[in-house]
Amino acid sequence: MSLLDRFRSGLQRTRERMEQTLGAALGRRGAIDEATRAALEEALLAADAGPAAAERLMDEAERRMRADPALDLRHALERGVAQLMGATRARFTPGAERPWVALLVGVNGVGKTTLAGKLAAGFARDGRSTLLVAADTFRAAATEQLEVWASRAGVELVRARDGADPAAVVHDGLSAALARGHEVVLVDTAGRLHTKRNLMAELEKVGRVCARLVPGSPHHVLLVLDATLGQNGLQQAREFQRATPITSLAITKLDGTARGGAVLAIADQLKLPVSVVGLGEGLDDWQPFDPEAFARGLFE
Amino acid sequence: MFEALTDRLQGIAKRLTGQGKLTPENIRESLRDVRRALLEADVEVAVARDLVARVEARAVGDEVLRSLTPGQQVVGIVREELESLLGHAPVTLAGSPHVPTVVLLAGLQGSGKTTFAGKLARWLGGRDKRVMLASADVHRPAAIDQLARLAGMAEAGFWRAPEGAAPEAIAGGALDEARRRGFDFLVLDSAGRLQIDEPMMAELETLRRASRAHQVLLVMDGMTGQEAVRVGRAFAGRVGVDGLVLTKMDGDARGGAALSLRQATGKPILFLGVGEKLDGLEAFDAARIAGRILGMGDIVGLVEKARAAVDEQQARRLVERARKSEFTLEDFLGQLQQVRKMGPLDELMKLMPGVPRQALAGAVPDEGKLRRYEAILLSMTPRERRLPRVIDGSRRRRIAAGSGTTVTEVNRLLKDYDQARALMKQMRHGPRGLASLRGRMR
Ligand SMILES: Nc1nc2c(ncn2[C@@H]2O[C@H](COP(=O)(O)OP(=O)(O)OP(=O)(O)O)[C@@H](O)[C@H]2O)c(=O)[nH]1
Ligand SMILES: [Mg+2]
Repeated sequence: MSLLDRFRSGLQRTRERMEQTLGAALGRRGAIDEATRAALEEALLAADAGPAAAERLMDEAERRMRADPALDLRHALERGVAQLMGATRARFTPGAERPWVALLVGVNGVGKTTLAGKLAAGFARDGRSTLLVAADTFRAAATEQLEVWASRAGVELVRARDGADPAAVVHDGLSAALARGHEVVLVDTAGRLHTKRNLMAELEKVGRVCARLVPGSPHHVLLVLDATLGQNGLQQAREFQRATPITSLAITKLDGTARGGAVLAIADQLKLPVSVVGLGEGLDDWQPFDPEAFARGLFE
Repeated sequence: MFEALTDRLQGIAKRLTGQGKLTPENIRESLRDVRRALLEADVEVAVARDLVARVEARAVGDEVLRSLTPGQQVVGIVREELESLLGHAPVTLAGSPHVPTVVLLAGLQGSGKTTFAGKLARWLGGRDKRVMLASADVHRPAAIDQLARLAGMAEAGFWRAPEGAAPEAIAGGALDEARRRGFDFLVLDSAGRLQIDEPMMAELETLRRASRAHQVLLVMDGMTGQEAVRVGRAFAGRVGVDGLVLTKMDGDARGGAALSLRQATGKPILFLGVGEKLDGLEAFDAARIAGRILGMGDIVGLVEKARAAVDEQQARRLVERARKSEFTLEDFLGQLQQVRKMGPLDELMKLMPGVPRQALAGAVPDEGKLRRYEAILLSMTPRERRLPRVIDGSRRRRIAAGSGTTVTEVNRLLKDYDQARALMKQMRHGPRGLASLRGRMR
C-alpha cells in the first residue's frame, strides 16, 4: 500500500469516529467535557466556520447550556449561530429611490450573473420595471449569458461591446434607466479576485459613476459568496468592502451539501448581514435569508 | 514580518531549543499550532487531524529528540509529510497512443472548467499538439459561446454541435470530428454539476463513455473549503477521476483543498490556474503549495516577482545565500535597497497568502520606515553587518545616534532581520523553471 493509500484508509476511520462522537455529543446537556468540546469544534470546522469563529461559537454554546440545563448542545449551538447571523439583518428589496441601483459583486464563478437574473425576475414579477446592466465586459460571452437571463426574466438589458470600459456601460445603463423611468437597476459585474488591485480600482470607479448619475447610489451592493467557499471568505469580504461598501451578502449554491459556514466568520468580524440565498439554477431558485433555518442547516 | 505560521513555528522552535530538552508534550503542544494553520488553510478537518498525528508519531522519534535543532526538525517533518501527500513527482498530462487523446473536464458550477479548457488548449498548442475544443454544456446560458470564443483566442480547433443536440450526442460527434480532422487532443468541456445531482452525474458518466475519455480531470476552485473532500470522493467514485486541477490560485487563498482533494481521490494534481487569461496556467509544484498551505507564503512566486523587477544576478545570489543560511545584514541592506526600487510593497506582499490584510497594513513598511532602516544599516560597520551577533547594547546606542533613530528602532530592525533569515532558512527550494509572472496579473 502506498503512503497515500494508507493515509486514506486511516482517514476513513477518523471520519467515522468523528461522526459517531458528534452524533452522541449533540444530544448532550449540562457541562461539556473535553471530548464533547472536541467533537463540537470539528462539527463547526466541518461547516467552514474556521478556527476562530468556531471557538467563539463553542464558548457561546457553553454559556447557554450553563444558564439553561435543559438545553442540549445542538440547540445551544443553533441559537448561538442564529443570534450571530440575525444580529444585523438586511433584505434585498428596492427602496423609494428612483431608480434604485444595486451592484452584484464577487470573485469569479460564484453565481453573480445567475443571481442577477433570478432577482430581476422576482422584481419584474412584482410589477417593478427592472433593468439589467451587463457590466462584465471581460469574460467571454458574459453578456450573452446575461442576455438569456434578461429574456427569461422578461426585463430589458443594457450591454456594450466586449472589452469596453465597465464604468462606461454602467453610465449608459443608468442614463437609460433615468430616461426610460426604470424603478430598479441591477448591475452584473465581472468576477474578480479581491487581490487584484487594478480590478478593485475598476469596481471603485463603477461605484463613482453610479453616484455621479444617481446621487446616493449604489443603494445596495451585494457581495455574492459561494457556499463551498472556505477561509478565504473573510479576506474577500474585507477587500470588496474597501472598494465598494458592502450592504449585504448572498450565499449561492446552498442546494448542494456545502453549508456556507464561511459567512459565520464574516458576520462575526465584519458585522455584514446575509440577505439572499441561491438554491439552484432555475429562475425561482432563491430565497430571502433566514438565520434560524441557516443555523439548523449547519449541523444537519 | 510574516504573521503567519512561520513566526509561530519559529517561536516554537526557539522555545523548544531553548529548553534544551524536548519532551513529547511540548511537541504535541506545538503541533496544535500546525493543526490550526492547516485548518485556516482549508485542509479538511479529518485530513488535518491525521496529518498532525503522523507528524507527531515521527517527531517524538529519537531523531528529533536528540537533535540540536528540534524545532526546525519538526517544521521539516511537517513540510515533508505535506509534500509527500501532495505528490512529489511532477506529472504531466499523458497522451494516449491512439489519437485523439480525449480529456473530459468535470466539476462543480463555477469552478473554472471552461476557462481551463482554453488554457489547456493553449498549453498543448505550445507543445505542438493540435487541439480541438468542444462543449457539452447545454445547461448554462452562453457556455458554448464562451468556449468558442476561448478556442479562437487559443488558436485551437472548435466544433459546434447542431443546435439542440443532447450532451451525449455532442460527445460522440466531437470525437468523430476530432478523429476525422486528425487532432492530437480533444478537450471536452461539461456543465458544472453538484455531486449530489443524480441525473447530472449520470449524464457525466454518459459523457465519459460517449467521448471515450482517456482522462477525466476534476476542476476545483482553489478557494474551496471543507466541501472539497466530499466533491472529490463523489466524482471519483461515480465517474472516475484521473487528475486534478486547482483554479483561481492567483488569489490569496492558501489552497488546503489541494490536500483534501489528493486524499479524496488519490490522483495527482496536474495544473494550477493562476489568472483569467489563457497563459494563467502553471504546472503543479508540491513544495510551493506545501509552503502556501502552511502560511509560509509563495516564496518562489515572491522571488520570481523580485527577479522580474530587480537585478536578476543579485536576486539569484540572494537565493543562493539564503539557501546556505549565509544571509547577513549586508544582504538585508542590499535587499532593502532593491525593495525600495521595486515599488509598491503591498502588491508584493499579496503574493504571500495567509497574511491578513490588517496585519499587512502595519507590517508593510512605508517609505519612511525603509529610509530609516537604510540609515540604520548604513551606520553600522561592515563587520557589524557581516556578523550581526557582535551588535551589543553600546553598539546599538551608537548606531541609533549615528542614524538619527532610536535604540528601539534598531532593535526592531534586528528582529525583522532575524525573522527574514528564519524565513529564508525554510526556503529549501529555489526558483524553478516556472511560468512567467504575466499570468498572475491580467
Ligand atoms: N447549483 C447551483 N448552481 C448555481 C447557483 N447559482 C449559480 N449557479 C451556477 O454556477 C455557475 C456560475 O454562475 P454564474 O452566474 O455564471 O457566476 P458568475 O459569478 O456570474 O461568474 P463569472 O461572471 O464568470 O465570475 C453557473 O453554472 C450557474 O448555473 C446555485 O444557487 N446553485
Ligand atoms: Mg458573471
